[in-house]
Amino acid sequence: MERHSLDRSLIALVVVLLGMGLAALYSAGQTDVPSVVADVWKRQLVWIGLGLVAAYVAFRLSPRLLEWVAPAFYAVSVLLLLMTLFFGVGAGTAAGTKSWIGLFGVRLGQPAELAKLATILMLARMLGGRRHPPGSIWESLPAGVIVGIPFALVALQPDLGSAIVFIAILFGALYWAGVKPTLLILLLSPGISVFMAFGAVTWSVWISLFTIFVLWTRPYIVEGLAIWFTNAIMGFAALQLWDRLQPYQQNRLLSFLNPDVDPRATGWHIIQSKIAVGSGGPFGMGYLEGTQKRLAFLPAQHTDFVYSVVGEEFGFLGVLVTLTLFGTLVLLLLRIASKANDPFSSMVVAGITAMLLAHIVVNVGMTVGLMPITGIPLPFFSYGGSFMLTCFVAIGLTLRVSWDSQGLRYLNV
Amino acid sequence: MTWFHPHQLTRRAEVGRLFVILIFLVLSVAFFRIQILGADRYKPQSLNNRLRPIPLPAPRGLILDRDGVVLAENVPGYTVALVPSDPTTLRNTLTRIAAIASLDSAGIEAILRRYRNEPHQPVTVLRDAPFPIVSALEESRVTVKGLMIQTEPKRSYPYKDRIAHVVGYVGEVTEEELAADEFGGARIGTIVGRDGLERQYDDRLRGTDGQRFIEVDALGRTVNDLDRSTWGEKPHQGDTLRTTIDIELQLFVASVFPDGWRGGVVAMNPKTGEILALYSSPSYDPDAFVGGMDPEEWRILSQATDHPLFNRAVEGHYAPASPFKLAVAASGLSRGIVTLDSHMEVPCEGGMLYGNRYFRCWREDGHGELTLREAIYHSCDVYFYQLGLQLSLAHLLDDGVKMGFSRPAGIDLPDERTPVFPESIEYYNRRYGPRGWTSGVTLNLAIGQGEHAQSVINMVKFYAKLANKDGVARDPYLVAGNESEESGLDLAAADLAGLREALEMVVDSGTAVGARVSQLRIAGKTGTAQNPQGLPHGWFIGFAPAEDPDIVVGAIVEFAEHGSSVAPMVTNIIQRHLIGSEIEPSRLVEYLLPSDSAPQPTPLLPDTSLMRRTPSEAGAGGATQPR
Repeated sequence: MERHSLDRSLIALVVVLLGMGLAALYSAGQTDVPSVVADVWKRQLVWIGLGLVAAYVAFRLSPRLLEWVAPAFYAVSVLLLLMTLFFGVGAGTAAGTKSWIGLFGVRLGQPAELAKLATILMLARMLGGRRHPPGSIWESLPAGVIVGIPFALVALQPDLGSAIVFIAILFGALYWAGVKPTLLILLLSPGISVFMAFGAVTWSVWISLFTIFVLWTRPYIVEGLAIWFTNAIMGFAALQLWDRLQPYQQNRLLSFLNPDVDPRATGWHIIQSKIAVGSGGPFGMGYLEGTQKRLAFLPAQHTDFVYSVVGEEFGFLGVLVTLTLFGTLVLLLLRIASKANDPFSSMVVAGITAMLLAHIVVNVGMTVGLMPITGIPLPFFSYGGSFMLTCFVAIGLTLRVSWDSQGLRYLNV
Repeated sequence: MTWFHPHQLTRRAEVGRLFVILIFLVLSVAFFRIQILGADRYKPQSLNNRLRPIPLPAPRGLILDRDGVVLAENVPGYTVALVPSDPTTLRNTLTRIAAIASLDSAGIEAILRRYRNEPHQPVTVLRDAPFPIVSALEESRVTVKGLMIQTEPKRSYPYKDRIAHVVGYVGEVTEEELAADEFGGARIGTIVGRDGLERQYDDRLRGTDGQRFIEVDALGRTVNDLDRSTWGEKPHQGDTLRTTIDIELQLFVASVFPDGWRGGVVAMNPKTGEILALYSSPSYDPDAFVGGMDPEEWRILSQATDHPLFNRAVEGHYAPASPFKLAVAASGLSRGIVTLDSHMEVPCEGGMLYGNRYFRCWREDGHGELTLREAIYHSCDVYFYQLGLQLSLAHLLDDGVKMGFSRPAGIDLPDERTPVFPESIEYYNRRYGPRGWTSGVTLNLAIGQGEHAQSVINMVKFYAKLANKDGVARDPYLVAGNESEESGLDLAAADLAGLREALEMVVDSGTAVGARVSQLRIAGKTGTAQNPQGLPHGWFIGFAPAEDPDIVVGAIVEFAEHGSSVAPMVTNIIQRHLIGSEIEPSRLVEYLLPSDSAPQPTPLLPDTSLMRRTPSEAGAGGATQPR
């Protein structure tokens, strides 16, 4: 029997990222005109403390227990998500949405973050139980439903960013379960159709290419037709869907395409963030010295745009360091997933990897205009209790998987 | 093979690793583009984001008298401004400080309008705020966002109303003037000259505004006042104007001008064209305009029946009356029609018949036989009626134009208008129709009445030519360095000397005998401008010392028929300038102005009521009673 040990490199990475995150959060609070953000780093410390407890508990939980409890956990989080639709409250930098569960005026947390974990566990249970990867659209459907329910509920809040994360979890898990890339593209195609539908030319090009692609991959005839028609319907429905989006969501998507459309309102965030990051230059303006941040030109600088503070104050060098750390973290998670003892554990870590990667890419990409402004937090940096706990639980679970994998492999061929 | 096979997993992890690395590379490239390649673009944007230029108004240039005494200066005044973030906040802030700053709703609207015109500039709330308001606002600074209290130079006129019409006054440029670009380089809130030298030399006086920067946050709140020396540009004060005014004399003029009377006085150095003093009564206090005038106050000032803002010495037009007889004499002499000793055909018997009308002399008993010299001395109307006829209307008009009666004097003050003087007989044809007038107009013109109105400054300019030995004088001017034009009379030196002698006699023993000053030989000419609206206006233009004059003073006092002291006032001024202040101004001299003009009122221009006169009425002019 091998000696078990904690994954020190993972812990070290998380500790370093947490430290940097706290430093950035403290800096984000240092504005020339003091605001409530000034002391937010202290509250973040409390969340980190709670997170340590949560991570420890998660670490102690047996994967078997988790697998067993996953459906119930999933059901509860879907129920909570449903409740947000009726009792949800907005808050802070996400005042326009109904993302929080509030009881008697006290915000208890964001069920969407909990649902991400529950969905990951549920997916892991379902996909981990299969002997073979889903080979057709029909076989992928259960996984689609598992993710589709919380996705729809989150999108209805409306929380576009978290919805994107759910999609990322789904595709990460399917990929990890061995689904062929062609099938993944087929599954993704309706979503692509939605975006391609806005221009007649792009739409024609896309639908032609897609037709060729469907013929080339030769899925089952019924499925092929079904997916083709789904694409067509999505394309036509896209414009109706567009009308159903909240104006602020429309604006966010529009100003993602061209920030100068509305520089005073929606484009403002992107422009100001780019100015902050750009003025950082190679080495930054120095810790606590960022003027965009100091003078409150940065929107939501303690949550969504905390990374702009990093870019402004530490420059390209700081960005490279943090991005390398984040990248290493993701790669480390990937390795742990590939070394896991059992399919469920492996799927769980894979799902966590997809989730964290989605958060990092969407959040960081948004500060330089690569991604639309969706307002999702950056792991270990952004202020926010629910997501911080989620991250800690995720790290706790991963540490457990890593710990377990140092023993006997479940299947050692 | 199950999906959970180590080989499978390793391969997928390998692909996944490549995917992750690719994604992070893309992110790094995006940051590289913005932070390394785009730094030059974003750094200035970041700077502009937070720095707002605050204009620092340049102090206007000083206006000095000829000896450097300050006529217009700058004193510190408090300007209250707000650095606005958005209209709603601005309105709220204004409403909150309305009580302290005594703003009414119209005032708030005006400020908001100003803000909308220049939304990124601090908006001026109060200019020249009194100290109690400033200190009250200073106390509430914490609660009033973006409040800026700046000391700005404020115009001040130490001599107030005694020199108002020369220096003029200042005011904030209006939106219409900005739209019309009437003041080049002005922006909202710029103080511009409104009248007098302030207006005439506004571009030189205004200077160049500086600016400093304040650091503001995204909500427009002032975070930091940046050090002016490193960031801003200092304002450059406007040029100092050295004028030709002799403030001592100016104050004296203001003090001797009879209280409550209307009129204007010009004192000029005939040799140089320098204006030594220029006064118009009633006057106003130019300080009242500084910092914006109360609308009610403005209404009173601008609608007052005695029009204090009107510069009577420059803008006022009066029938030149008897002083014009010298122009007729000069015309006759230069054309060789008369000499100084010529007699006229008809001796003065209190009037003369011309056509079927009888034109009176001011003296009903008549003057008898007179030479030109004596006619000037007695101001005999009958003599000049005949001289005018001998000259003919066309020549009279031609010579008048040559002597400058159809043009403004050219003084460097705004609003000098072209005098009323027919440039040719075409004028009468146009006005009354080719047959609508008779040569009777010649007679009126010859005694300075009729369709003829001159400003004091223009008459003084004419008398400066008479005063100078060569008959040449410069255009009057107030600010040195203006090469003013020269013009002269086409007269022999002997004739000029003779005219001067005659004028000297006027003061010595003629119509202005009451104005005689023992120590000085003063030459001059009185006049009574017939005024269709009321009592005649009193003229006196004099110069001294008669042998080589250093000063010409012209004055008109409106409705001065009774007991006013035009001639003594002028000789007082001359005496004060040439001798000094030993002699107290004799304000109590009771002097009856001689009515040395035709007694019947003749048309005086410009008067709009005259435009409606029928040709037969206006054409006759003068005395209409046949004997």
